[in-house]
Amino acid sequence: MSSEHSGIHVSPLSIYFTIFGALMILSAITVGAAFVNLGSFNPIVALLIACIKATLVILYFMHVKYSSQLTKITVVLSLFFVAILFAETLMDYATRGWIGGGGVPLH
Amino acid sequence: METPVYPAHNYLSNGHGLKSWLLTKDHKRIAVLYLISISIFFLLGGLFAVGIRLELTTPDGDLFQPDTYNKFFTLHGVIMVFFFLIPSVPAVIGNFLIPPMIGAKDLAFPRINLLSWYLYVVGGLFTLFAIVAGGVDTGWTFYTPYSSASSSTNVTATALGVFIAGFSSILTGLNFIVTIHRMRAPGLHWFKLPLFIWAHYATSLIQVLGTPVVAITIVMIFVERAFGFGIFDPQRGGDPVLMQHLFWFYSHPAVYIMILPALGVISEIVSTFSRKRIFGYSFVAFSSLAIAVFGFIVWAHHMFVAGITTYAAMVFSFLSFSVAIPSAVKVFNWAATMHRGSLSFETPMLYVYGFFGLFLIGGLTGLFLATLGTDIHLHDTYFVVAHFHYIMVGGAIMGYLGGLHFWWPKMFGRMYSEFWSRISAILVFVGFNLTFFPQFVLGYMGMPRRYHMYPDEFQVLNVLSSAGASVLGIGYILPVLYFAYSLKKGEVAGNNPWGASGLEWRTQSPPLTENFVEVPTDIPEAYEYTPQVIREAKLV
Repeated sequence: MSSEHSGIHVSPLSIYFTIFGALMILSAITVGAAFVNLGSFNPIVALLIACIKATLVILYFMHVKYSSQLTKITVVLSLFFVAILFAETLMDYATRGWIGGGGVPLH
Repeated sequence: METPVYPAHNYLSNGHGLKSWLLTKDHKRIAVLYLISISIFFLLGGLFAVGIRLELTTPDGDLFQPDTYNKFFTLHGVIMVFFFLIPSVPAVIGNFLIPPMIGAKDLAFPRINLLSWYLYVVGGLFTLFAIVAGGVDTGWTFYTPYSSASSSTNVTATALGVFIAGFSSILTGLNFIVTIHRMRAPGLHWFKLPLFIWAHYATSLIQVLGTPVVAITIVMIFVERAFGFGIFDPQRGGDPVLMQHLFWFYSHPAVYIMILPALGVISEIVSTFSRKRIFGYSFVAFSSLAIAVFGFIVWAHHMFVAGITTYAAMVFSFLSFSVAIPSAVKVFNWAATMHRGSLSFETPMLYVYGFFGLFLIGGLTGLFLATLGTDIHLHDTYFVVAHFHYIMVGGAIMGYLGGLHFWWPKMFGRMYSEFWSRISAILVFVGFNLTFFPQFVLGYMGMPRRYHMYPDEFQVLNVLSSAGASVLGIGYILPVLYFAYSLKKGEVAGNNPWGASGLEWRTQSPPLTENFVEVPTDIPEAYEYTPQVIREAKLV
């Protein structure tokens, strides 16, 4: 249901409870995955689940799903800049062990 | 042509007493509050610079102890970067002019605008406390482990001050973005906007996207320093280079927070005093956005010798060269605007001529530092100090002073002394070059930065630099005197003393609190300088 006059979207309570349930289940999966030895994939799995949870919060709890194109562009743009921060920093750390690359490998 | 009359009703006369200023929501009054505050910090930062140059007049460390010298250059950097340069053009000139330039009565969030000034003041007070309590010696970059483990000085108070001032910057940026999107006069579409607005829009994006990262980095330093967390300390599983990555992710774009608004100012002045539309308007507009985006992908050129890998360094070196492209687009377009223009030599334009020379040298020497091989030789030498002063002082402050001289008649309704202002502009240009050009040579010869002693053979160039600083100092003090004089005794400026285009020149000087009696509806093209428009502008 959306209010045409105010332009504010009002979601039914069931949506909030469903998303809340999904977040709880994903949290449980995160805890469960921590007990399984996946080697270097452990943090990747944890981060992947965290990203899914963050997406749900942004889309439904923060109403981005029902917001204007401008708001959506703003969110995507912000994530793009976070991606730059991560990708270019990792460009250094990922090549630390390479031959002739210099730098101190992380343990 | 009638003699202009100083308007009885304006934003300055709308309310008297301290309370009317401290609780104001008028963007123009907040801009004046910023003008006063940043001028105080500029003076303070300048005093630390005087100390540095005095010490470096002789090769021996005979004026200050090494620790004191460390505190001097740290506080000079912290104050000038975070409390003068970053707020300078946006918080003063942008705050004053964005609403009238787009035909609006105020910014989108007037209360948040006032809040951002208070945050700036609180942040500044923390830094002042750090100075009074004994200073801080980490360098303005707060590199770990100096800041997290080694330094016993007031790192926490200073960092907290910068952290708080950062929120002021974020709020100002947010306010500008929303204002430019939502409050333009009817018919004022994006490609009719002055390039000053485009430049501030790009700057605001950096402020909103970049500043939180340095805020988080400062919190991490605090957490490591106060609670012993191992974020940057290798003994506890951290990595000191990570701090540099996070710091420069903000602090390199922060250079563009300082320079981009100044570039916007230059576009306005060049167009006005060439009596021509800016050549390649859309290229100049988009080059601001390109600089904002490219500014975010080049940060590790500050870290080529800090322990990052050669592979990463190669990519960052390549990307760093890309910033030269939009910067060059602007410079070439300004040159093309001036080509066959009706040029004149009023004070704002003198600052622009100075800006061209200094920005060009600053920009081109940046390419030396983006090149991996030469950077290894030049890193942490006076070459770097000279380079960034050519950009930040030669570029940003020349733009700020040019803008202040350009819009001073609009802000306060009175003209300043053209004679003294021209003298001042020339002194700034000569003094600046005398101060910083020798530092290129010193750096190339191998003099490292941040030392209070140096070998005897560097003395002549250092004395030249200190002598230049005193000339520069006079050039900076003069405007304080003739601006102050002009407030009471200056000739009444009238609405449009320069015959400039742009909505802000249509309203009275100083403007009404609401900027316009009626919202402008007949929006001209940006920089419309037909002979008829020039004639009419001069008659207003």
